Amino acid sequence: MQKVNNKWIKLGVEILLLAALFTLVQYLITAGLLKQYYQISLASMCINVILAVSLSLINGFTGQLSLGHAGFMAVGAYIAAIMTNMLDLPFIIGILAACLGAGLAGFIIGVPTLRLKGDYLAIATLAFGEIIRVVLQNIDYVNGPAGIMGISKLSTWPWLYGGAIITIVVIVNLVNSSYGRAIISIREDEIASELMGINTTKYKVLAFVVGAAFAGLAGALYAHYFYIIKPETFNFLKSFDILVMVVLGGLGSTTGAIIAAVFVTALTAALQSFPAIRMVLYALILIIMMIYRPQGLMGNKELSMKTFGRIWGGRN
Amino acid sequence: MLEFTQQIVNGLSLGAIYALIALGYTMVYGIIKLINFAHGDIMMVGALVGYFSLTLLGTNIFVAMVAAMLTCALFGVLIEKIAYRPLRNATRIAALITAIGVSLFLEYFTIFLFGPAQKVFPQSAFPVKAYDLGGLSILNKDVFVFASAVILMIILQYIIKWTKTGKAMRAVSLDREAAVLMGISVDKTISITFAIGSALAAAAGVMLGVYYNTVNPLMGIIPGLKAFVAAVLGGIGIIPGAMVGGFVMGLLETMVSGYGNSLYRDAVAFGVLIFILLIKPSGIFGEDTGEKV
Amino acid sequence: MDEINLMEISKLDKSFGGLSAVRDFNFRIDENELVGLIGPNGAGKTTVFNLITGVYKPDNGCVVFKGENLVGLAPYTICAKGVARTFQNIRLFNDLSVLDNVKIATHKNVPYGLMSAIFRTPGFFRGEDEIETEALRYLEIFNLENKKDELVKNLPYGEQRRIEIVRALATRPLLLILDEPAAGMNPQETQALMELIRYIRHEFNLTILLIEHDMSLVMGVCERLYVLDYGQIIAEGTPAEIRSNKRVIEAYLGEDVE
Repeated sequence: MQKVNNKWIKLGVEILLLAALFTLVQYLITAGLLKQYYQISLASMCINVILAVSLSLINGFTGQLSLGHAGFMAVGAYIAAIMTNMLDLPFIIGILAACLGAGLAGFIIGVPTLRLKGDYLAIATLAFGEIIRVVLQNIDYVNGPAGIMGISKLSTWPWLYGGAIITIVVIVNLVNSSYGRAIISIREDEIASELMGINTTKYKVLAFVVGAAFAGLAGALYAHYFYIIKPETFNFLKSFDILVMVVLGGLGSTTGAIIAAVFVTALTAALQSFPAIRMVLYALILIIMMIYRPQGLMGNKELSMKTFGRIWGGRN
Repeated sequence: MLEFTQQIVNGLSLGAIYALIALGYTMVYGIIKLINFAHGDIMMVGALVGYFSLTLLGTNIFVAMVAAMLTCALFGVLIEKIAYRPLRNATRIAALITAIGVSLFLEYFTIFLFGPAQKVFPQSAFPVKAYDLGGLSILNKDVFVFASAVILMIILQYIIKWTKTGKAMRAVSLDREAAVLMGISVDKTISITFAIGSALAAAAGVMLGVYYNTVNPLMGIIPGLKAFVAAVLGGIGIIPGAMVGGFVMGLLETMVSGYGNSLYRDAVAFGVLIFILLIKPSGIFGEDTGEKV
Repeated sequence: MDEINLMEISKLDKSFGGLSAVRDFNFRIDENELVGLIGPNGAGKTTVFNLITGVYKPDNGCVVFKGENLVGLAPYTICAKGVARTFQNIRLFNDLSVLDNVKIATHKNVPYGLMSAIFRTPGFFRGEDEIETEALRYLEIFNLENKKDELVKNLPYGEQRRIEIVRALATRPLLLILDEPAAGMNPQETQALMELIRYIRHEFNLTILLIEHDMSLVMGVCERLYVLDYGQIIAEGTPAEIRSNKRVIEAYLGEDVE
């Protein structure tokens, strides 16, 4: 009984903290106390959290190195922009269509490529991501390389924050279930997993599709925050950006991915005027992390209130 | 028909460049099972060294090429020592991520040093002439690229087939542990492999400078990826495969630009890659091997 | 008692790059039997297991399990039909806890849907409780319940071997295939393990197929033995028959007897 009570108390506190953060930022924005620079940073943080958490499902939990995440983001961004800007549909329809479209793209790409292993898979997903970009460049309906301009700014704080929270909740709940254990077992030993009765192909595709769908969500939010989308925005360097966050946070840690996404976004914002230095730093982070701490900041552990309790309480 | 032959002529020199880069990919993969993502960027470094040798030191193109090859050989060895060696027993994913890191580092550190702008390869270093051969127009730079690439490949074949170093390289890639037991220094052999592969890439970089007349810090990405596709096409780890793959990619690319939509030029390379990976991941010359349980 | 055939393998062939690993392999096992497959190292025993469980596809022949041919089915389908196995070179999910290792094997019977997991419905919590109870029950049998939260990679070899069996058991098999379960164990541990195998066979109504290359171990526990040499069955019978079989002594024990 005690255990059950604790669970609900924990959930209550979590919801309260999240709501407090939401209200605080919302108040600062409406009261005009938050500078443009910080508003943009917060929006980018939400979008990057969605991207990092969704990629961490594929790279971290399933152990399938995907380098094409920006491609799914592009699919979502374009679909959402077409829906709202060209077809005058409501934002929510645009978002749902973006998730569905990106998820479908994930399915189409995932089914054939997920048979491949390790570095072959990485290269194939990179190639598919680039193909999405090149195809977008060649579609006149979306203005080819020039992209879509003048997208209405519909991504307000509630949408951005809500999107990030929904992504985290869905992926955390998925990972902490029998389905999640099946997914993680693929990372640990694919052959053993298959022989223990797990349809590894199905679960790899599932993780890939869910990850892609949320990348689509991130794309939709991005398009409606930054007004402009161009195919070039979603090249493989963008995929590497997301990879940096996942690797830095720890392959197999959602909280790690969130912390890293926030940190990397802040770093990016701070180094806005020095893009070359920013990329050199990213590069060094990747190399040094892999050599000295390949498990990332968090390894495959999660940061929880229990961890805080331990730190504060001084108990081991 | 004449136009078709012309396209083939154009494709051969580009193919030779891809083949040279692909050789480095394949040699490194053969010996440490790593896709050296930074390989295209080493090529870029080579092109830059060639550029500076031509403009600042005023050397001729051959000296520039040798300088680029030597510098990049050193670079390759250093990169392997610093970034890849500590990870030799790590997971494949960790090694691949490191290689991506090295690639980004080379690209953006170069931008940091020299700026992102394109540099024009001095025309005077290689005055372009066109020869007419029964209707076919053949440029001297195409001949230069093709001939030097072929000479380098012959030298490489000689090294691998007939020298002690080459034998050591083949031994290490077949079975590293057995090679150690036979008294081969694995570290040294891997270093030499990186040196040779990087030198070939540097030569390709200078050639690419001559071919396109420009160099820039991000020039290694796309040719690097295409050369990688070439290596996979031929069967990664297999040296003749990389050569054949390189020429196929070069020809395919000129055909698509010549007859189709040049905007799709890059997509074709990726399409080919995906096609091979799905149909026969071991490439044209590769043998399928299953996982041991 | 009427014996009901559970698995019948006929004319199984497999070669790797021209090298014949298993040739004309014929085999049957009845319900509730405990059969051993023995043979010197490199005789092709593990290959047979890989052929049965779908890791490799045979070049020829069929594996009929409960009247259905398993050849060509994916390993997870074969597992779902009731064939589970362990691995000679332990293949546990190293970075996960003991309990999670076992829970993963129960996944094919997962009692709740994906949406239920994402929305955390009451059915999800009930289902998770069921899974946990079941996993703990298996761990208790093998005296591992106090290790449930430890990471598998931190446990000693003998315990890892036992977890392999627990994990296979958690898939609720009809036929349990054990690949050298006693490898690396000392005689006492081996003895305890053999008793445990007898126990679970009885408790879960299992049919067990066992590989060992150490013949003395299987003599005591198995009812029937097959002897494999160079990919072919060279003898079949009760332990007593095998012990006195001339061909077996020549092919298998020859080196020791001499």
